[in-house]
Amino acid sequence: MSSIAYIIRDGAVVADAWTLIPAAKDGAAVALPPGKLIVPLNVWLAQRDALLERQQALGIWLDSNQAPAELADAINRFALIAVNFPKFTDGRGYSIAALLRSGYGFKGELRAIGDVLRDQLFYLQRVGFNAFAVRADKDIHDALTALNDFSEAYQGAIDRPLPLFRRRSTMASAS
Amino acid sequence: MYKYDQYDQTIVDERVAQFRDQTRRFLAGELSEDEFRPLRLQNGLYVQKHAPMLRVAIPYGLLSTRQLRMLAAIARKYDRGYAHFTTRQNIQYNWPRLEEVPDILADLASVEMHAIQTSGNCIRNTTSDQFAGIAHDELIDPRPYAELIRQWSTFHPEFAYLPRKFKIAVNGAMEDRAGTLFHDIGVHAVRGEDGNTGEVGFRILVGGGLGRTPILGHVIREYLPREHLFTYLDAILRVYNRFGRRDNMYKARIKILVKELGLARFSAEVDAQWANLKDGPSTLTQTEIDRVAAFFIDPIYETIADVNADFEKHQLENKAFARWVTRNVFGHKKPGYAAVTLSLKKTGVAPGDATDAQLDAVADLADQYSFGEIRVSHEQNLILADVKKADLFAVWQQARQIGFATPNIGLLTDIIACPGGDFCSLANAKSIPVAEAIQRRFDDLDYLFDIGDIAINISGCMNACGHHHVGHIGILGVDKHGAEFYQVTIGGSQGLEAALGKVIGPSFAQDEMADVVEKLIKTYIALRFEDEDFLDTAKRIGLEPFKASVYGKKSGHSSSELANV
Ligand code: SF4
Repeated sequence: MSSIAYIIRDGAVVADAWTLIPAAKDGAAVALPPGKLIVPLNVWLAQRDALLERQQALGIWLDSNQAPAELADAINRFALIAVNFPKFTDGRGYSIAALLRSGYGFKGELRAIGDVLRDQLFYLQRVGFNAFAVRADKDIHDALTALNDFSEAYQGAIDRPLPLFRRRSTMASAS
Repeated sequence: MYKYDQYDQTIVDERVAQFRDQTRRFLAGELSEDEFRPLRLQNGLYVQKHAPMLRVAIPYGLLSTRQLRMLAAIARKYDRGYAHFTTRQNIQYNWPRLEEVPDILADLASVEMHAIQTSGNCIRNTTSDQFAGIAHDELIDPRPYAELIRQWSTFHPEFAYLPRKFKIAVNGAMEDRAGTLFHDIGVHAVRGEDGNTGEVGFRILVGGGLGRTPILGHVIREYLPREHLFTYLDAILRVYNRFGRRDNMYKARIKILVKELGLARFSAEVDAQWANLKDGPSTLTQTEIDRVAAFFIDPIYETIADVNADFEKHQLENKAFARWVTRNVFGHKKPGYAAVTLSLKKTGVAPGDATDAQLDAVADLADQYSFGEIRVSHEQNLILADVKKADLFAVWQQARQIGFATPNIGLLTDIIACPGGDFCSLANAKSIPVAEAIQRRFDDLDYLFDIGDIAINISGCMNACGHHHVGHIGILGVDKHGAEFYQVTIGGSQGLEAALGKVIGPSFAQDEMADVVEKLIKTYIALRFEDEDFLDTAKRIGLEPFKASVYGKKSGHSSSELANV
């Protein structure tokens, strides 16, 4: 069996209990192993009923060219949504995450997967990711420190919706 | 000008620490070249022909003398005593060592400066009108809004890995000296829906740009109330980030997306995103606008007569001074004051280059005569914005000593040129020697004054850092079978009536360029109406006479072949 995988979730390195189902051409043909699964979008679209019947927490992953709108009606059926970064320089996932959180009100685990590296974690956290499957060849404990690269930020984002200028003024008037 | 508080300072200090660690990890082999590249680019660091190049932001072109002296000190300590001002209100160092860049950034942070997002596929340094706050045609001071946008864009987490670079310019005057039609987003500060009365708001343009596919920006919103500035920008950027092309870097700018979708559809997508964001937490507050605007109040001007007898007398007695006044002195909203442009376009010096000693001397001038502030123009010159007319003669004399008093602002020798093949690894051809050859050819001041206003812009490649498309005469370096050639355009212009130049025909070899420009100018002189400037003449007579002057019967000349660009 494969060794236990670790991810960062809510600021700590933890063992991961989920199984990621890789992309497949035909979503209907993919067999569903037991356990908690993160399935690709086309598997969900093709096997929706079977997945809902499993009485298991359900996860799905979106690729960077897929739209959160595809999940809209079912968003709260998912305990976990993962967003894939085919390359860390493909920034579409940042907007997908922000949309899932603010546009669709997703409250579950939002996980960055794929080419997930230390030096992007701070921004990823800001747009709403709370879990990070750091690329396997990198030191995950080292990556964890990047969540604290900055103590302040100008603009509002998912992690701290009020921009600095709104906090600045309350801080000034409070003193 | 804007002053950092503890928050601003913390943010740049933490950035320096972050980049220091990233550089250390790169040098230790923990970060690959590919992993490090976007990180260094977003800290202004390119890898160039000879050495790394560091591009430092001068937000909307404003510098204090303390900052300018630090820029001089950096040139001395980490470079070879030179710095280069770009066309986008940045300054570049061509010889820093990678290991020392974190130290340079720390030195910059100590004077409230940085190199954040001066490169890379992110929101770049926000630019504005170099005469902001003093221009006689100003409706609204754009600087507070440029600063607000600077803060909003700095480390914007959603937009750090865009399909391509993204540039925003802000203008607040009647004339457009910020090139807003040629930016990914152009922001025009206006008063009310009619542009003149009522609350401050913005006309928003989108999808303009130079480069490989030059396009003028489209108005996407005629009037955006100011509280919605950030949420609306967020909406535009989100649409671009999700749908901009990432498969082909030449088609990745927002202008291509706007073109492919069409303005109506693009705009509908933006509105759909905006519906989510509008009136949310990022809505701009009056308190914040007031806080930032308070940094851009006028200096304490003296109440003086507009006419100064000594100044008038010097002009009558000294022809060289009078010439400099005609070209290098700009009107000021305050009686008795003027703005001075120091020319960084002396023949024989690369356009926009300055030495550490010159920068220090400019700082001294600004301290003595202009409230300790300097501005940087898109034309790669420096400006002392608030000089008393009574002091102009002294300023001129001192500027002469440092070689910054060439009376050529707006004249043919005030050439805008990118660093080109001498420094830039993307170049097809050199820019600097072409600029110099043209400057040398036109060394007669009387002739230059007779020719009048004309902008020559030179870019070493399609990236158009020298803005060749908007030059009255534009020169573009092209590669022809491995040799350096130059394509010439005519009729480009900046400002509200911005236009793109048209290619006159096959490209030329480097040693032909001074001849070519001379022939074009002779054609203009021969065919112009009395006071008609180059641009109007070119509009009226079209390309043909110019073509005839340079190509004539010379068809089949070895160097003549339409470059495939
Ligand atoms: S126009 Fe081309 S050659 Fe000139 S600086 Fe830009 S990228 Fe380099």
